[in-house]
Amino acid sequence: MSSLKNQRVPNPEHGLHLLRQMLRVRRLEEKCIELYSAAKIRGFLHVYIGEEAVAAGVMEALAPEDAVVATYREHGHALLRGVSAGAILAEMYGHAEGCCRGRGGSMHLFDAATRFYGGNAIVAGGLPLAVGLALADRMSGRQRVTVCFFGEGAVAEGEFHESMNLAALWQLPVLFCCENNLYAMGTALGRSESQTDIALKAAGYEISAWAVDGMDVFAVEEAARRAVDAVRSGGGPHFLELRTYRFRAHSMFDPELYREKSEVAQWMERDPISLLQGALQAAGQLPEKDWTDLQADVDAEISTAVGFAENGTPEPVSELTRFVYSDPAGDAYDAEEPAGRAAAASGGKPREDGAAR
Amino acid sequence: MKTTYREAMRAALRDAMQRDERVFLMGEDVGRYGGSFAVSLGLLEEFGPERIRDTPLSESGFVGAGIGAALGGMRPVVEIMTVNFSLLALDQIINNAATLLHMSGGQFNVPIVIRMTTGAGRQLGAQHSHSLEGWYAHIPGLRILAPATLADARGMLWTALQDPDPVLIFEHGSLYNVAGELDDDAGAVDIDRSAVLRHGDALTLITYGGTLPLVLEAAEQLAAAGIDADVIDLRTLRPLDAHTIIDSVARTHRAVVVDEGWRSGSISAEIAARICEQAFFDLDAPVERVCSLEVPVPYAKHLEQAALPSVERVMAAGRRAVGADG
Repeated sequence: MSSLKNQRVPNPEHGLHLLRQMLRVRRLEEKCIELYSAAKIRGFLHVYIGEEAVAAGVMEALAPEDAVVATYREHGHALLRGVSAGAILAEMYGHAEGCCRGRGGSMHLFDAATRFYGGNAIVAGGLPLAVGLALADRMSGRQRVTVCFFGEGAVAEGEFHESMNLAALWQLPVLFCCENNLYAMGTALGRSESQTDIALKAAGYEISAWAVDGMDVFAVEEAARRAVDAVRSGGGPHFLELRTYRFRAHSMFDPELYREKSEVAQWMERDPISLLQGALQAAGQLPEKDWTDLQADVDAEISTAVGFAENGTPEPVSELTRFVYSDPAGDAYDAEEPAGRAAAASGGKPREDGAAR
Repeated sequence: MKTTYREAMRAALRDAMQRDERVFLMGEDVGRYGGSFAVSLGLLEEFGPERIRDTPLSESGFVGAGIGAALGGMRPVVEIMTVNFSLLALDQIINNAATLLHMSGGQFNVPIVIRMTTGAGRQLGAQHSHSLEGWYAHIPGLRILAPATLADARGMLWTALQDPDPVLIFEHGSLYNVAGELDDDAGAVDIDRSAVLRHGDALTLITYGGTLPLVLEAAEQLAAAGIDADVIDLRTLRPLDAHTIIDSVARTHRAVVVDEGWRSGSISAEIAARICEQAFFDLDAPVERVCSLEVPVPYAKHLEQAALPSVERVMAAGRRAVGADG
């Protein structure tokens, strides 16, 4: 098995914490797949299994006042940013207790309390938002950082390039985290990009950028801390290319015709959770009991979350048009009974002037 | 005071910038150039480059950045040079600005104002001349404004900035030079109601934006021929103030909708449908529509003019509606 960059574990407690964080995401999503198969969850479901070290490492570098923008593969980002597993699952159930009251689903998780700005199912659609959030901080003199996650598929979109340019031009406090899992759905990086060195693309915009082993949670955390510190202290936008791999299918509807099983198996040897678990055990910092307890804790959390979602209430249809506009009156057109129908039912409304028809 | 539509717009921007430090203007050539239609001329000198922010030619990028800034507590006014260019930012406007509040279960409203020029009449051809505001009015979550008068050019922006949700303001290019009198103390106006700018009992003429001046001219000439028309300036295309339309049609029994957009699937179609739904038994004649011909707006002056609503076409429709066409 390949190993972590640093065989030493910086701090046993912290190592255990990171292991727990990644395992929470893994178990949540394994449960999601199960619930999807049981038709409890519908729509599209994209799991992050294999990529957990990225969100787990980057989130460690953030402060509560910072902002996060993510993609449609964002269950892990939401969970690790502080959205409860219960609120996430309840959202996928379409329940009122969901983090978006059933309006968003798996691909559109939002949470104001943790400044989690989605959940965006348009590839690269979140990048301009992150630029704008950072612009607001800059103009208001706040020392906050906005972190924007996106896949390597996004670099083919115009919005990626427009956002790189704006962020660099205006020296905005944003950290771009490109989760390079090598496939944009089924299209391999080499089949879609003339230049496959993604960090180099960002560097072309005069953005400090470097590539990181995205399966090594310590390496991710270290890079993220370095980048976030630089961004926070006024160093302008930074860019991390996090080299990772998606172990599962793109979504629940993906027969995986585009990649070899042997390739997947090879990457699974670098499972970020196994790597860290192995490193901790090798360092004598993960006694069997601790590992068993940790798994039991995480299983309990997920099981409680499933119970929470199961016992939720479907968002009432009477609330359907709420939040289209902030003003509850909004555009009440559909809510009105058109006068003409009532008139037709009564055989025609008498005209005010009484004129003959 | 004597002013123009352009100056009234500029006064509105200046006023908003002075009243609320969260307000800033962002777009292509809004600063050093002075605005592609000179609306923001002089504001860079007054407010500086942070708040009169020139952008690269990245419509999706800077409109999205405006949405993000709005989420981050600012009150951005984003200028897009023409409605045709706004198509490059459709993803941000429709997939983000219009959806975030609902999709987030009420957590994230987007208080952005997006201004853009719309419409034809200046021989700019098909890629600078379309009227797509009716398209935008199709989208739940957006508020669509079309200031046609000096008072609205001066007064709609501030009210739009108070709206917690995204507001799109469509400024018809032919209106910028319109001059007239405006009260010295003119200020914010409502953005909920249509306005009846002329009263008559024979017919209801319904329009908005760039075609308002020609509809008023047609109404004048029809009146001279004994046909007195109500003229409704819609002002807001979404939410549509159907009450004003229905009240008028219930009294006049005849309606002509004038829209520079194309006829098929348009805001004029929506208005005609609402009249059918809500005032069918009040009608004495089919609803008439005067729209642009269904062609990309051409360059040559005679072709362009032939494609657009005109005083003559509005008068002919009005006469048909009242059965006075021979």
